[in-house]
Amino acid sequence: MPNEITVTVNGTEYTDTVEARQLLSDYLRETLGLTGTHLGCDTSSCGACTVLVDGQSAKSCTLLAVQANGHSVTTIEGLATDGELHPVQAAFREEHGLQCGFCTPGMMISVAQLLDRNPNPTETEIREGIGGNLCRCTGYHNIVKAAQTAARSI
Amino acid sequence: MVATHEPGKQYKVIGTRPIRHDGYDKVTGRAQYGADIRLPGLLWGDVLRSPYAHARIKSIDTSAADAMPGVYATVTHADFPTVEDRTIDAGEGTVNFVRQSQNVIADKKVHYRGHVVAAIAATDKNTALEALGKIKVEYEQLPVITNVTDAIADDATIIIEDLVGSDLGNDVHNTNIANHFRHEFGDPEKGFADSTLVIEREFNMSMVHQGYIEPHNATAIWTNDGRVTIWSSTQGAFGVRSQTAGLLNLAESQIKVNPVEIGGGFGGKTVAYLPPIAALLAGKAGRPVKVQMDRKGVFEGTGPAPGGKMGIKIGVDSAGKIQAATADFKFEAGGFPGSAVGAAAICVMGSYKIANTRIDGYDIIVNKPKSAAYRAPGSPQAAYAFESVVNEICEQGGFDKLQFRLDNASHEGDRRADGPIFPLIGTEETVQAAMDSDHWNSPLDKNPGNGKVRGRGVASGFWMNGGGKSSAELSLDADGQVFMNEGSADIGGTRASIAMQAAEYLGIAAEDIHPSIPDTDSIGFTGVTGGSRTTYATGHAAYNAAVAMVEELKVRASMLWGIDASDVEFNDSSFSSKSDPELKLGWKELAARLDETGGPVQTAGSVNLSAAGNGTATHIVDLEIDPETGKTDVLRYTAVQDVGKAIHPAYAEGQIEGGAVQGIGWALNEEYFITDDGTMANSSFLDYRMPTSLDLPMIDTIMVEVPSPFGPYGVRGVGEVPLAPPLAACRDAIYDALGIHLYSTPMKPGRILEALEEKKKNS
Repeated sequence: MPNEITVTVNGTEYTDTVEARQLLSDYLRETLGLTGTHLGCDTSSCGACTVLVDGQSAKSCTLLAVQANGHSVTTIEGLATDGELHPVQAAFREEHGLQCGFCTPGMMISVAQLLDRNPNPTETEIREGIGGNLCRCTGYHNIVKAAQTAARSI
Repeated sequence: MVATHEPGKQYKVIGTRPIRHDGYDKVTGRAQYGADIRLPGLLWGDVLRSPYAHARIKSIDTSAADAMPGVYATVTHADFPTVEDRTIDAGEGTVNFVRQSQNVIADKKVHYRGHVVAAIAATDKNTALEALGKIKVEYEQLPVITNVTDAIADDATIIIEDLVGSDLGNDVHNTNIANHFRHEFGDPEKGFADSTLVIEREFNMSMVHQGYIEPHNATAIWTNDGRVTIWSSTQGAFGVRSQTAGLLNLAESQIKVNPVEIGGGFGGKTVAYLPPIAALLAGKAGRPVKVQMDRKGVFEGTGPAPGGKMGIKIGVDSAGKIQAATADFKFEAGGFPGSAVGAAAICVMGSYKIANTRIDGYDIIVNKPKSAAYRAPGSPQAAYAFESVVNEICEQGGFDKLQFRLDNASHEGDRRADGPIFPLIGTEETVQAAMDSDHWNSPLDKNPGNGKVRGRGVASGFWMNGGGKSSAELSLDADGQVFMNEGSADIGGTRASIAMQAAEYLGIAAEDIHPSIPDTDSIGFTGVTGGSRTTYATGHAAYNAAVAMVEELKVRASMLWGIDASDVEFNDSSFSSKSDPELKLGWKELAARLDETGGPVQTAGSVNLSAAGNGTATHIVDLEIDPETGKTDVLRYTAVQDVGKAIHPAYAEGQIEGGAVQGIGWALNEEYFITDDGTMANSSFLDYRMPTSLDLPMIDTIMVEVPSPFGPYGVRGVGEVPLAPPLAACRDAIYDALGIHLYSTPMKPGRILEALEEKKKNS
């Protein structure tokens, strides 16, 4: 069943007709072409698809596009402002906080959201903050370091 | 061109930690992975998988799906050509075209649950899903074999009726054993007779998955000249090309593979599952098609690491010298032949010097997904079994576990148990660094008073590392910047580690080299990113291109100066005349004057390296275990490894950290939980429990640098050997904490509790 939704994504308002069964992740990737939001597991286990919905981190593969109606979504493409990397992006780049880079967008969204609510997290709090994001390459070592660096620079 | 390491040389670029060239794209979401490909008219492809683990396909009827609006093509095995019975090297393992054709899409039988039986191309995801539901497949179910013991039983159902197995070189029919081989040196029976302590143990291991976060994908489009262009997440674009050509009876020159960013592979993305299907669908539909797996499809239908039965026997004399050792590996190949048992035999005794050895390897067909390479394929299984028996020998014989490894360490000139002689190898240095480490020398409070107990474990591991074929090209811009094309898929920072080796020779900064990984039409053949070969082999190709560039630039300088090229020398990124000190040109000055001397400078380098420096590692782990629940926490982890020379230390460390953590997951939690009917009961990331950030401490790495005698900078491959030691190290820590020996993986809470119960009963 087609539904009209109005969603603000990375500061731009979009009005689209979507099927009720369309996932938010598919809306972002297929309809808007924002392919920085990755899909890894389909069951909200891996967190590669993490975005911010009204500032709260959410796994876009388990939200329907219609649920985002009237809300504001931030994807990895919207994390940088005016061409300037978000401190979390800069820290991941500088601290080698990625290997293959596939989990990285969702991971950075989770770290950004963590630092938003807790600007000075302990290592344990960082690990809790990214506990819903799987990385298979790094063993999380440099991801934790990148989050610590980002916290220091904010 | 043979370049060898110059010991003691000071480097400017090698050993530094520049930011990766692709870092900006990967932190902004701009990097393009396989699923991100968008083309005009692109159709959505999907596959139908078998609900049974072993069945004959009586019929497939796609007519109802074909008749659905929005469906453009369906494909079954009948659409695939008869292929040549030929086996090719796939980088980390081999591919036989007949078997792979049957594996990619089932022919007369399904060999495992999740085996693809049909594929479809439709306008969008939901149409494709609906259409798959309309394909009617009639199956005749057959008895299911889920383990090697049942597979080799006398009355076992034969899974591949036309399989001709090999038993020590002799053809065998009517068998589930695809291959049995043996390596034997010295006189093992005499060695055991000369021993004062002999321990023999058998270990059971479950299949595990590489667990890359990005599912497989492939996009294909045919062009009017009869060529097909493919985009696919792969560790080797040339491997996709040769496998797709083999399965579709095309010339390799008819296929162009575009590399895309790859979201992890760890060996599992060396096999082309989807590209041949996408190509056939696109051909039939007359439009481009993108096929993607879901996670369940990845678990059920790609190549996990084999489980099986690992038997090890070791004998030592009273001084703690190993007198003899034997190994008996029964590996689950999965539904088709070709497990990593051969590499297990190469690796199992690689850390040791043993005069009398025998290794038997069996490659056994079972109704599980066809296994594939997983990071040091075969070595983690081998090391789990062998290192565990080494640790038991040390416990019973009263030997210090690291001193024992030092006393029995393999050295240059010793014979590996499968035959070859070790080149310069850092086994001893690696063990010694572990003995000297802060971790090993810090006491562990085994009873912290929180109701839990702690233990420390140690184990070593070996991976031979690969060489092989690679290509690289360099071109020099008028402003002195260098553009590099190279053929290796970049999984973890190899653009940087390859560029750095060219930069070092050219005397310029890593940032002044701009790497690209072009399509297969646009770069020379380059093998897969696998076998820990990429930084070594493709780095060597880039080095060779840099040497050629400097030689060409010497000629250009000599033309400007009117002197002989042999009078020009190159030092510190500038060119000068040996005979006239007035004649000198900096890198950028000469680059700006290329037009005066014949135009652009572009050079190429390629290698086919038969030898590689071996990798050795020793890991130390502290675990804390709750005896009430069997839950294990990792308190501290130190991974020591000989890296030869760390080109980019942060990326070498990253490989070691990531490998160690995959090993922790394999040791403690990960398994294919297969029910009797062959169903994987945990085919999601929720139930297939990989380590999360909460399960781990920071991982300490200690890099030992015993330069490899091969290649310009002494580099050894680093990616794979860190997955070998963790399993036995964790087992050793569990024993140290609880006094129980486990003989199966994963060593999950339930198994720990069962062993504790057993211990209670017996005491």
